[in-house]
Amino acid sequence: MSAGADKKPAGSAKLPALRLATYAKNTWCPGCGNFAVLNAIKPVFQQLIAAGTRPEDIVLVSDIGCNSKIMDYIGVNSFDSLHGRSIPTAIGVKLANPELTVVVHAGDGATFAEGLEHTLFAAKRNVDLTLIVHDNGVYGLTVGQAGPETPPGYRGRSTPYGSWEEPFNPLELLHVAGASYLARGYSHGKELLKRLYAEAIAHRGFSVVDTLQVCVTFRNLYDYYNERVYELEGHDPRDEEQARAKIREWDYRSDGPVALGTLSVRDRPVFGDQFAEYGPGPVDLDVALEQAFAELT
Amino acid sequence: MDSFSVLIGGKAGDGITQAGSMIAHLLNELGYRLYTYVDSPSLIRGGHNYVIVRAHRGRITAHRDHVNVMIALTEDTLERHHWRLKQRPVTVYDNQTILAASLPSMAHPFRTGIPVKTILEHEGAPSVMRNSAILGALCKAISIPWATLEDVIQRYQPKQTELNLRVARLGYELATEKLLIDLPAGGPRPVMTGLEATGLGLIRGGLKAYAGYPMTPASGLLHYLARQAPRFKLKVVQPEGEIAAMMMALGHAYAGERAAVGTSGGGFALMVEGLSLAGQAELPVVVVLGQRTGPATGLPTYTAQADLHFALSAGHGEFPRLVVAPADVEQAYAWSTFALDAAWRYQLPAIVLGDRTLNDDSQSFDWDAVPRLPRLEPRLWDGVPQKSAEDVPRGAGAGTGAAREVSAAAGVKKAAPIAYKRYLFADDGVSPLAFPGQEGAVVKVNSYTHDEFGITTEDPELTVRMQDKWNAKGFALAEELDALQQVYVYGDPEATQTLVTWGSPTGAAREIGELTGFRIVQPVVLWPFPDRQMAEALEETEQLAVAEGNSRGQLARLLEQRGFAADGRLLRYDGRPWGVGELRRQVEEVLA
Repeated sequence: MSAGADKKPAGSAKLPALRLATYAKNTWCPGCGNFAVLNAIKPVFQQLIAAGTRPEDIVLVSDIGCNSKIMDYIGVNSFDSLHGRSIPTAIGVKLANPELTVVVHAGDGATFAEGLEHTLFAAKRNVDLTLIVHDNGVYGLTVGQAGPETPPGYRGRSTPYGSWEEPFNPLELLHVAGASYLARGYSHGKELLKRLYAEAIAHRGFSVVDTLQVCVTFRNLYDYYNERVYELEGHDPRDEEQARAKIREWDYRSDGPVALGTLSVRDRPVFGDQFAEYGPGPVDLDVALEQAFAELT
Repeated sequence: MDSFSVLIGGKAGDGITQAGSMIAHLLNELGYRLYTYVDSPSLIRGGHNYVIVRAHRGRITAHRDHVNVMIALTEDTLERHHWRLKQRPVTVYDNQTILAASLPSMAHPFRTGIPVKTILEHEGAPSVMRNSAILGALCKAISIPWATLEDVIQRYQPKQTELNLRVARLGYELATEKLLIDLPAGGPRPVMTGLEATGLGLIRGGLKAYAGYPMTPASGLLHYLARQAPRFKLKVVQPEGEIAAMMMALGHAYAGERAAVGTSGGGFALMVEGLSLAGQAELPVVVVLGQRTGPATGLPTYTAQADLHFALSAGHGEFPRLVVAPADVEQAYAWSTFALDAAWRYQLPAIVLGDRTLNDDSQSFDWDAVPRLPRLEPRLWDGVPQKSAEDVPRGAGAGTGAAREVSAAAGVKKAAPIAYKRYLFADDGVSPLAFPGQEGAVVKVNSYTHDEFGITTEDPELTVRMQDKWNAKGFALAEELDALQQVYVYGDPEATQTLVTWGSPTGAAREIGELTGFRIVQPVVLWPFPDRQMAEALEETEQLAVAEGNSRGQLARLLEQRGFAADGRLLRYDGRPWGVGELRRQVEEVLA
């Protein structure tokens, strides 16, 4: 489970010829930022497998939107859930079988609008999951409506005269809610994505990688991001003050510099560990049931 | 007396429910079978609470409206429940809060008062112990031996037991004996609520996880399972809401653990998108749905049977489901196990439809009355690579005989071989189950319409085949059910006057059947509807009435759809359950 970037065999680009592809035809637009996510997560899985994780123990849980088609393109266990509900689904999977490596793929609409309550509670509980947010600030698959991370003035079909609402800073919100690993990546920059995804999976607790993933069709921000992103150096993500400052540096509204990398790491108790304390359960269910009936007598 | 009812009433916050439960324990110790009706408004303090504990030598599953023994801690109790007094009742009361003038000897010929405040002061006991004093007085008044009360207090009053015993003893000594009750043979039986029975049934069915957000009348299941969690190694979670609860349960099911959720109508409304997902993704889940008076917040702590059609049709799209509505604790126990088994056997959602009355009132549990139902086994993948008729081998490179899906995307050369198909087509629609972590299986479930492997599709032919597959599971379930008794008949099965009811009113109806000789029919499975068995149960009926707890006759409408038109409807929707006497009067008006 602790297999991360550090366990990658030194200098070896050669991984076992594990076929993680499926026969499904890819239907993302040419230039879509989702390709970068797909091409980053697959080698991370291959690294995990090379380091000893059974491929059968990897589970992807996805949401709804173009991003979530990723389920069809990777030949591992997957659960394509409902819009905004991928996180509680994934929590159930992880609680049922803590041996599984559970990775959630969801968009900003799912994570910060329809399912915001679940995102915040996953952070609060600190379930051992990795959440990869495909954050493009727009609803792509439903053809271009404004989303929770869309800035004011955006003209889409639901906001033909310009959107009104300000986005919020999702990482600040998650930090307050208790997320124990927070990072930001960008779909131009696969190597960084690979590092962050590997780190997030290796981290024990609720890990979020907000991936600025560009929707080329409805909200092409490549130029915008290219001018503003920079990779963090000398930042200590375990220092709460530094972490908070870096998380607040770009508020997803104004034109601040956009830091990429690991923003915050904390050690917190992991939800689900309490169930391990119950021990092995009843040896004989009938005897245990008899005791329960006797208690009610 | 071999049958009687005790009412205790007082202000909410006075521990009336707890006192009622102690009375039930006392009578259970004596060998009576019990039914305890609890009436408590949705508030923590103030208001009026009361409990009726009915004791009988034989099996009972309903309360009676009239009472033989009244325990009054407030004047209010006397006024509200005066109409319930039978002839020659026993009245146990606090003579420092209730004036003797409020107890005319015509209505209360056998009364015994104790000075509760003085007793508490004498023992230096807090006011919450007033119920111990009154229990002592009750025992003296109806000739329950002191030793029985002593034993019950020691077992069920773990806090400050000695002080409670001293207070009770004074109550006992200061009261006078008014009535000699029988002491039936036989020891105590388990006494439980419908939710406790449901919880035990689910545990017997292999429950491993429960997710619940508090809501009356389902919270009792969350509480019970949370308490039982260490013993049975249950993962009990109270998440951020009902939507999350449902989705977590589906996550558990996908990963191979049996899970259930519980809620009332409002919470179920939130779970419905997940119910649809269970249909599409073919994930087993049990929903314990406790009805209360609606719509919306309605009467939170009062009963109803107005969600039958909601349970039958909840969810967008078309998918099979099981809906069972137990009437008593024994049925709740057996059918909850069956619901979980069937959900897993046929990979679909099952709803255990109860109500405030069944869920929260407690009854004696009688092993002889437990319906005998078979245990169903899930169909599991045997690990042998699967092959469909559609598969075309693609040469030696395909791996160790693994089936390989051929799709329009023939250009994909690196696709991994497929050994396991989560949605393999089968005659009865039931595909073998495998779970993440299982050797050799890639388990893909999907909320989108999908192919056998679980990959999203919009292909019209596959869309039809998948829908037909789900429908086939429903037919297979109906066939399995047909071999079991799904419709119970009480009273005189030859009678030409028949009352059909469902869920908790069955308790009162059954007793009416025994008293009057009407035929009483109760379908416990409401979907797939047991047409054949219902027709048999209604054979040679000349006059048919339906009794249920809603304003529109939901079961009557369902029966009519299935070809069984009722001549009369008895509808109750004031939030209160029928007592035996009241229902009998109404039935006799309709079935005249």
